Amino acid sequence: MTTSAASARTTQEFTLWQRIWGWITNPWGKPRFLPVITWLYMAWAIVPVLIAIQFSFNATRSRTNWAGFSTRWYWGDPNDSVWHDPALRHALQQSLKLAVLDMVFAVPIGVLLAIGLARWRGRGSGASNFLMLFPLVTPEIVSGVALFLVFTHIYTVITTSTFAQVLGHVTFTISYVVVIVRGRLFSIGWQYEEAAADLGAGPFTALRLVLFPLLVPAIIASAAIAFAISIDDFVISQYLSCGAQCDTVPIIIYSSTRAAPLPSTNAIASIMVAFTLLAVVLGYVFFRIFTRGEVREGGISGDMSRFEI
Amino acid sequence: MYPRWLWSGFSLPGVVWLILLFLVPFYAVIGVAFGSVDPLLQTPVPAWNPATWNTGWITQVLQEMAPGGVYWDPVRRTIYYVAISLGLCLLIGYPVAYYIARHAGRTKTLLLVLLIIPFWISYLMRMLAWVNLLEPTGYATRFLDFTGVSDLAVRSGLLLNPQSWLGGASITVVLALVYGYIPYLILPLYAALDRIDRSHLEAARDLGASPFRTFLHVTLPLSKTGILGGCVLIALPMFGDYYTPDVISGAPSTTMIGNQIDLYFHGGPQPTKGAAITVVLSLFLLIVMGYYMWTIHRATREASRA
Repeated sequence: MTTSAASARTTQEFTLWQRIWGWITNPWGKPRFLPVITWLYMAWAIVPVLIAIQFSFNATRSRTNWAGFSTRWYWGDPNDSVWHDPALRHALQQSLKLAVLDMVFAVPIGVLLAIGLARWRGRGSGASNFLMLFPLVTPEIVSGVALFLVFTHIYTVITTSTFAQVLGHVTFTISYVVVIVRGRLFSIGWQYEEAAADLGAGPFTALRLVLFPLLVPAIIASAAIAFAISIDDFVISQYLSCGAQCDTVPIIIYSSTRAAPLPSTNAIASIMVAFTLLAVVLGYVFFRIFTRGEVREGGISGDMSRFEI
Repeated sequence: MYPRWLWSGFSLPGVVWLILLFLVPFYAVIGVAFGSVDPLLQTPVPAWNPATWNTGWITQVLQEMAPGGVYWDPVRRTIYYVAISLGLCLLIGYPVAYYIARHAGRTKTLLLVLLIIPFWISYLMRMLAWVNLLEPTGYATRFLDFTGVSDLAVRSGLLLNPQSWLGGASITVVLALVYGYIPYLILPLYAALDRIDRSHLEAARDLGASPFRTFLHVTLPLSKTGILGGCVLIALPMFGDYYTPDVISGAPSTTMIGNQIDLYFHGGPQPTKGAAITVVLSLFLLIVMGYYMWTIHRATREASRA
């Protein structure tokens, strides 16, 4: 009796297991193990960050035991909250300041460089194209060391300062702007400007009234990316840092993680995530408004890949 | 229709900027690495003129990076970490990219958005998330304990004790590197797989190839450039990484070559030596970079011709 019950149970379990296995390895259906891996990957990529954001709202000093919801680490705590701790508040301001300045300088220079490099056919154009690609593939520690040494040994007037940080950020943001704008330039081609010229527009009228409006979506996308890159940057900011006055949010995260982090570190990191996502969503909304009515190749994925790099 | 000087004029501010703030800084590293050190102040004295270069530092650093030298351990570790992380990234990333490009159907847009989200979250924030999870009482530690993974890791010698995920274990650093860099691999892989013309696959199937053989002989070769490009794209920053081991372990048992450089610039006494290691690292990466830039250059030339 008992043996037959046991065997019945194993058969049942076996069939269940077999059904799951059969579903995953079914050679006639779509490959089933692929969606399993993909969705597990997505969960793995995103859930840890969501948990980190959750603990920024923790009611106690712990970042591992949930004790209820509170906004204590944002502004409630009189000493250690992001709002009341001068170091955290200053880092937040510094990060935003760098990101805005980076955007203001890198976008115009990058847009001009993109147009120039895409159309300039002469001595030096090949080398300039090559030079533009280099900041994209240089490991940050190498550019960090290089900028640190140049500001301490050659441009000694500037030394390490907020100004140096801005210059450093702009240097490696320009190339991203160029790549995005150039992609758009290739898809626009020459025909609209040629039509404008046929209709009697001079070169600057054609640039102002034809090319520039067509580039606006790419310019907006690149501005959002410039902002996000600058906010995200750690190495360059750290190497050009002038001490506590130059600390940005990533520097704060780095140093406090190595010491004893409080949930306020999670809070300030979450605020940065919110700012970046806001910039990206705004950029994307504007991008869609300005490209309304255009036939898009590849649908949203085409947009997305252009939006990224 | 446009004056000929216009486009070079447009490029001018950007090119000047990159020369002043990208090329000149590189020369500063070389100058310091080939310079000497002030005997009293211990500060670097750069040598700007190649005729006065002192190659002593570079040869010393090269000797120390060779087997038996003091930097051999970090060098070897860096190579191992990067190689293992690359392998794991491909192992996880390829199926994900393949699924999104081929079979995702209606969920494709959602999956693409999810795929891009990590790009917009600060790298250090993502590391911080894992520091929280892997503390002795953190969710991940509890989960790994519960499922017996910690036990397995301890028994196979990868971990000192079940609670010490943050205590300087190489496995944590490798997994953190995978976690940090994998999004940058999946996107180019996805782009490469998405570009493949479906008629090639149909042709292979019509000629009697099984799905597996179609994958092996059509899809895989056609995505080779994407695989190589993506690998180079994540290997380069990994070779120069120092913040991941710093944040996730902080122990000397996981220092990479980047930590060694960072040490000489933050708290260490000799920037000259740091500059010399930077030059050696850059020379090594230049070979990798040169190959990668050549592929991009070729791709953009084709794009501009089309």
